[in-house]
Amino acid sequence: MKFSLNWLKTYLDTEASADDIAAKLNAIGIEVEGLEDPAETLAGFRVAHVLTAEKHKDADKLQVLSVDTGEGEALQVVCGAPNARAGMKGVLGLPGAVVPTNGMKLRKSAIRGVESNGMMCSARELDLGDDHAGIIELPDDAPIGTSFAEYRASSPVFDVAITPNRPDCMGVYGIARDLAAAGLGTLKPLEINKTEGTFPCPVEIRIDEPEGCPAFFGRVIRGVKNGVSPQWMQDALRDAGQRPISALVDITNYLMLGLGRPAHVYDLAKLEGPVVARHAKDGEQVLALNEKSYTLEPGMTVIADDQGVHDIAGIMGGEESGVSEETTDVLLEIAYFNPEAIGVTGRKLGLASDARTRFERGVDPAFLDDGLDLLTQLILEICGGEASDIVRAGAPPLGARTVSFNPALTGNLGGVDVPEAEQRAILAKLGFMASEDWQVGVPTWRPDIEGPADLVEEVVRIYGLDKVQSAALSRVEGVARPTATQQQKVERRIRRAAAARGLNEAVTWSFIPVPEAEHFAIDSQALWLLDNPISEDMKAMRPSLLPGLLSAAKRNMDRGAQGIRLFEVGRRYLRGADGMSDERPTLAVLLAGERAPRDWAAGKSVPFDAFDAKAEALALLNQAGAPADRLQVMGEAGHQFHPGQSATLRLGPKNVLARFGTLHPRTLEAFDIEGPVMAVEIFLDAIPGKKGGQNFARPAYAPPTLQTVMRDFAFLVDTDVPAGDLLRSVKGADKANIVDARIFDDFRGAGVPEGKKSLAVEVTLQPGEKSYTEEDLKVISDKVVKAAAKQGAELRG
Amino acid sequence: MAELEQIEAEARTRISEAESLGALETLRVEYLGKQGSVSALLKTLGKMSPEERQEKAPKIQGLRQAVAGALADRKQAMEAAELEARLAAETLDLSLPEPAEPKGSVHPVSQVMDELAEIFADLGFAVATGPEIEDDWYNFTALNMPESHPARAMHDTFYFPDQAPKGGRMLLRTHTSPVQVRTMMAEGAPVRIIAPGRVYRSDSDATHTPMFHQIEGLVIDRDIHLGHLKWTLETFLKAFFERDDIVLRLRPSYFPFTEPSVEVDVGYSVEKGRRVVGGSGDAPGHAWMEVLGSGMVNRRVIEMSGLDPDEWQGFAFGTGVDRLAMLKYGMDDLRAFFDGDVRWMAHYGFSAFDQPTLSAGVGASA
Repeated sequence: MKFSLNWLKTYLDTEASADDIAAKLNAIGIEVEGLEDPAETLAGFRVAHVLTAEKHKDADKLQVLSVDTGEGEALQVVCGAPNARAGMKGVLGLPGAVVPTNGMKLRKSAIRGVESNGMMCSARELDLGDDHAGIIELPDDAPIGTSFAEYRASSPVFDVAITPNRPDCMGVYGIARDLAAAGLGTLKPLEINKTEGTFPCPVEIRIDEPEGCPAFFGRVIRGVKNGVSPQWMQDALRDAGQRPISALVDITNYLMLGLGRPAHVYDLAKLEGPVVARHAKDGEQVLALNEKSYTLEPGMTVIADDQGVHDIAGIMGGEESGVSEETTDVLLEIAYFNPEAIGVTGRKLGLASDARTRFERGVDPAFLDDGLDLLTQLILEICGGEASDIVRAGAPPLGARTVSFNPALTGNLGGVDVPEAEQRAILAKLGFMASEDWQVGVPTWRPDIEGPADLVEEVVRIYGLDKVQSAALSRVEGVARPTATQQQKVERRIRRAAAARGLNEAVTWSFIPVPEAEHFAIDSQALWLLDNPISEDMKAMRPSLLPGLLSAAKRNMDRGAQGIRLFEVGRRYLRGADGMSDERPTLAVLLAGERAPRDWAAGKSVPFDAFDAKAEALALLNQAGAPADRLQVMGEAGHQFHPGQSATLRLGPKNVLARFGTLHPRTLEAFDIEGPVMAVEIFLDAIPGKKGGQNFARPAYAPPTLQTVMRDFAFLVDTDVPAGDLLRSVKGADKANIVDARIFDDFRGAGVPEGKKSLAVEVTLQPGEKSYTEEDLKVISDKVVKAAAKQGAELRG
Repeated sequence: MAELEQIEAEARTRISEAESLGALETLRVEYLGKQGSVSALLKTLGKMSPEERQEKAPKIQGLRQAVAGALADRKQAMEAAELEARLAAETLDLSLPEPAEPKGSVHPVSQVMDELAEIFADLGFAVATGPEIEDDWYNFTALNMPESHPARAMHDTFYFPDQAPKGGRMLLRTHTSPVQVRTMMAEGAPVRIIAPGRVYRSDSDATHTPMFHQIEGLVIDRDIHLGHLKWTLETFLKAFFERDDIVLRLRPSYFPFTEPSVEVDVGYSVEKGRRVVGGSGDAPGHAWMEVLGSGMVNRRVIEMSGLDPDEWQGFAFGTGVDRLAMLKYGMDDLRAFFDGDVRWMAHYGFSAFDQPTLSAGVGASA
């Protein structure tokens, strides 16, 4: 909200400078977003007298003026304005001055060969209106040489942000009251003169819908002349960012911006029958003052007559009954509308207005009569006319509100001790009446005050938040205790493990395009789809982290990256049984393009393969505390993966801890990315928690005394037997002696029958007390062969 | 005995002229072998009289040693030359590149969240989390923003068509504040938590993205007041920026879930086109920048969270993690945070080993 210092001073008697006022406004909770001083923006523009005006010798439309600036010789100025003429007074911008609207710095120059020492300005150039047809014409009594800012008595303009709890400060008067309370001046009482009506109000005013419109006061003024409003009002409105329109409209705006009180003026000639506050009918239309048409719904409150709707109550008036230059008789409306209903209607219609903002937050319900008197007063003064009696329908909710307050709370909650007398004084200046026993009456203009904490805020903000001293929180004795949960520790650890393995952590959007989400959707689960996404590309909550990483990988490839290693730790958004969301912590890895670039030693570049994905999956699962040695490699990684080059890692047959492998060509196609691309997804929520967190000591260290013995075996098995199955059988053949087993060859071809493969296994044996005899080794070998036979393997001769 | 001297001289010459280990071996056999000439001389000693032997033995022995020594020296020299030649042949051009090793990185948002967790752990705060797909009640109603509250409109909320089980719409949380309510409901009081996480607002320009990260702080106890809030924020910002000259300015403000509400500015100056936090915003060349929203938790929120507001009170604060990261580490475009550009990550990302610790200072130097 913008207002000028001049306007503020009509309500506040103060000598404070604009800077001091701005600092105080910030200190009491009225945030100053801007402070513009026209004395600065209009520096170098002066009241000047045009002495002579002659035709430019080389240009028909230009004149050469001789201008008196009040000091020194008259200046020669070239001017193109048709209204420039000898004898007039106007505004001259001297060399060095900066034109406010376009930032152009004026210089001494030659225009068509004639020297020009400045510029005579139009209203538009000085940001004072739209007029650009000619230069500004000042009255004859304008003192030559005065700075134009001073002549206009223009004052600094504040731009403040009013928090939604303070509708009283959505008028300059409320701001003045706050400043006065904070010691920056004295609040001037409003001069309200009652105007007695000279005739009965000729219009019937009625409320059919007291819920939405509890009170509707009005009166008629006849014989008005709706010309332009006086200069002081135009200046005030313009400083506040409002374009002056006509006297009647300006007066209502002045009341709204000055006192936070929206009102409406109807052209009486355009009304027919009683004026009624009622519910809108379904589908009823109204053309509002913003020249847009709105379709109304039942439940919305409107002001209507026999012909139809003339006002979307409390939000915007109708075009048809609006005032114009021809208007002679008007109906004034000052009403109290239900704040919640205004909000609902405004949101439904998507219609914002200054009036709505104020009604929605709550206007002073006790300011209807005074508001109407002020409005009458201004209209009679400016537009003339004769006022009718006031008619009142309904009554505003004026229930007195009292808060029981304990002044000690200011210290206990606000952290600053303020003497009781001072608290009482601060509250009184803000309009709160505190009784001896601290029953505090709340002023009608403060709908935000609900309880003692609100009064603490009032006292502390006026007393000074800067006076609150820091107070240390208590802390436990000794070193701070650990606070991270197991889940948090796992996430931190694998994040850094992944980065240490050469992967780059990305943070990608939680919402992705619907087709991408569908491609990765969990079977039988509906996606979470936003009703109002910012774009179609951000509509579906991701059921997997891979789409986001694929898109990121694609962007990187488009920028020329050759080998891409990305990971993300984040949530997948699934549906819980209770209708709420089920958000699963997940780590995903994406490997795209080259694992190693072409190289002087190794030759051609090496693309990533599924084993790279497996290595990441296992290494990270290991860091996450999953029992890597008990994991089983199984199928069913999902249709997004290459059916022959992907797998799941499970703990037991059901619990899938991770999936990994080469992505399916169709997945790549869907994401328009070139392959091969490897992916890993680790489901952190599926990893069983570690037990015995406080157990730091490792088991006792007991290295075997004897050296290990290696034995190699070569087995022929069917090609479709997983090597891992054979390995597990071999490892389990003699747990007392076999400590490790490793596949070191997978051979198919010459010497190996069709449909078979030869797997070579290196078995590590650990003797206990005694070294193995040949006999011992034979027994173990036999066990290995027998165990392998369970997988259909035969020892190769 | 000139004969012996002649033999020695000749042997030395021939040995020094030997070209290979094979030739050297031939010479050894020729002189010192069983049939060798020096060996033959040694054999003559047996037939000599003791006097003669007394005289000649040392000379012949001397000859044998001299020849053996010359052979050994020559052999050693040849071996050394041979090794040198071999090594010379094995020379590598070590200016060629080593095998490439990928360099990974931790995202600045994660890094800063770890820093915050570390700082607040020292102050006794645990890290709490909550769902991002929330219901109306936790995101608004329980935070003292009933259905018609004007502040709701300021939140630019993303909604789902789905109805919440307890009524109202499902939505994307607009702030981390629902975690306050969830924590109080689940754990009671006293409470000291921070709650970092993703939040969402339907807003997008150079400084706003529809998804961003917030961190919430909540302290509920019996005697907490605004002074504690101020101390906590000062302490946190000093530790985070690792500067003692952090100056805060508290301004009264309004949030439905706090009363009194306080907006917190921090003083900064501009150095080389970048904002540098530190000093009073009123000092010459300095200004204030809004960094936090905070206040004393509204008693209605405490009540709706199942606690007795006459017994418990406290403060809450919230700030943008991405913005903290930008201020500390110098990024200037928020949108790049979520693009996954590996060049950006290489530039702004952190080493896995930059684990924040209090003893080393939580920040990672450039």
